[in-house]
Amino acid sequence: MGDKMATEPILEEAAGVCVNAHGGAIGMPQLCAEWIPNQVFWLVVTLIVMFLILSRIALPRIGAVLAERKGTITNDLAAAEELKQKAAAAERAYNEALANARTEAAKIVAAAKADIQKDLDAATAKADAEIAAKAAQSEASIAEIRAGAMEAVQAVAKDTAKELVAALGGSADAKAVTAAVAARLKG
Amino acid sequence: MATGTEEHAAEGSGLAIHPMDQFIVKPLFGDGPVHWYTVTNVTLWMAISIVVLLGLFVLATRHRGIIPSRLQSVAELFYGFIHNMVEEVTGHEGAKFFPYVMTLFMFIFLANMLGLIPMSFTTTSHIAVTAVLAVTVFLTVTLVGLYRKGIGFLGMFWVSSAPLVLRPVLAVIEVISYFVRPLSHSIRLGGNLMAGHAVIKVFAGFAGAMGVASVVPIAAIAAIYGLETLVAAVQAYVFTILTCVYLRDAVGEAHH
Amino acid sequence: MEGELALLGKYIGAGLATIGLGGAGIGVGHIAGNFLAGALRNPSAAPSQMANLFVGIAFAEALGIFSFLVALLLMFAV
Repeated sequence: MGDKMATEPILEEAAGVCVNAHGGAIGMPQLCAEWIPNQVFWLVVTLIVMFLILSRIALPRIGAVLAERKGTITNDLAAAEELKQKAAAAERAYNEALANARTEAAKIVAAAKADIQKDLDAATAKADAEIAAKAAQSEASIAEIRAGAMEAVQAVAKDTAKELVAALGGSADAKAVTAAVAARLKG
Repeated sequence: MATGTEEHAAEGSGLAIHPMDQFIVKPLFGDGPVHWYTVTNVTLWMAISIVVLLGLFVLATRHRGIIPSRLQSVAELFYGFIHNMVEEVTGHEGAKFFPYVMTLFMFIFLANMLGLIPMSFTTTSHIAVTAVLAVTVFLTVTLVGLYRKGIGFLGMFWVSSAPLVLRPVLAVIEVISYFVRPLSHSIRLGGNLMAGHAVIKVFAGFAGAMGVASVVPIAAIAAIYGLETLVAAVQAYVFTILTCVYLRDAVGEAHH
Repeated sequence: MEGELALLGKYIGAGLATIGLGGAGIGVGHIAGNFLAGALRNPSAAPSQMANLFVGIAFAEALGIFSFLVALLLMFAV
């Protein structure tokens, strides 16, 4: 760039003093004093337009939208909190009812158990008594039978002994035979 | 910016790199001289930025949706970003400067981003433009500070936390740095933009002269383009946040 | 603009002026590195300091841009 500036003749065109004949920049375009008023003027226009757009239309609108959204979110959160508390209360009531029902059921079960136990005890006692009575009756009849059997054995033994004594040639004294048999049976 | 380059290339003068041609201000219609009222490419690209602003902030938000559309949520994103910045940096007192700061940010951001479109013209790469922006900020801060705090505004030059002997020296330094603010404020923005665009143009000039090996500078251009996109956003952010920092001097409590 | 010698001086001066960009690079790297070191120590405080990070980087970078501007002025405006 620099050597071109030094060697080539700079043609002053209608475009101005900061551009050479080929449309290239002479030096730094940033320092071209000819262009500065133009840039400053359009910059000021642009800034004023932007400021008016932003401060009159855009920023209040966005601010309102954000505030509205914040309000909506806050309301929704409050509603959600309320619903949550309601749900918690309902759950508490349900748990309470459940616990009540449980204790009630336990009570009923205990009562039923006690009733059954009472019936059972009564029935057991009755059956025991019946069994005991039957056993006593049976024992009595067994004893009777035994006594009967003993008598029969004695009679048979006396008769047999008398017959044996008679067969052996002796006369049997009834009293003596009876005593002997009794002694023998006892032994 | 393109016609100049093509004509230079037509000369066949070897490595033809004209990185500054893209900053030339041209009349849109005809070849006349550039008066202050002439419609130029500056006008065109500033008008395009206004159109984009209208589309983004007026057209996209016209439904005022509680559930925002995509573009409306972008506009709300910008709103929230700048609003938070003003509130955090400037304090509650500075909130009334929000439309002003928003205007600055949106103009710089849109101009930077539009300037990244190939063949476009970057209005913020001109020191004249950024100087007007910075001087506006400087005058606003000074006038608002004097109006609000009266003579007490000058107290920010008198560093009361320093030893008494040093205070006059520090006052001189503070005054100088105060008046250098618009200079650094404007040159930071304009210089960054100009540097990035000039570097891309230099690499483009390499690509034109290197034949097959020009894939290397073209890849470099792609990388620099990504960096420049970042720079365009960050410089708009930096200009705006520095505006807020300066405004804090005028409206907020002294931070010295 | 008087001949080859002035041109030589101009280009050498522009090249020398770009050395200043190295200083800006050191400065920006210093700020970013220290920010990262601090952010790793106290990650919860990092997001609130992003604004200060960018302002610091901007201040450091502006000085580098000044030297780049001087280079450009030497190349194109002198």
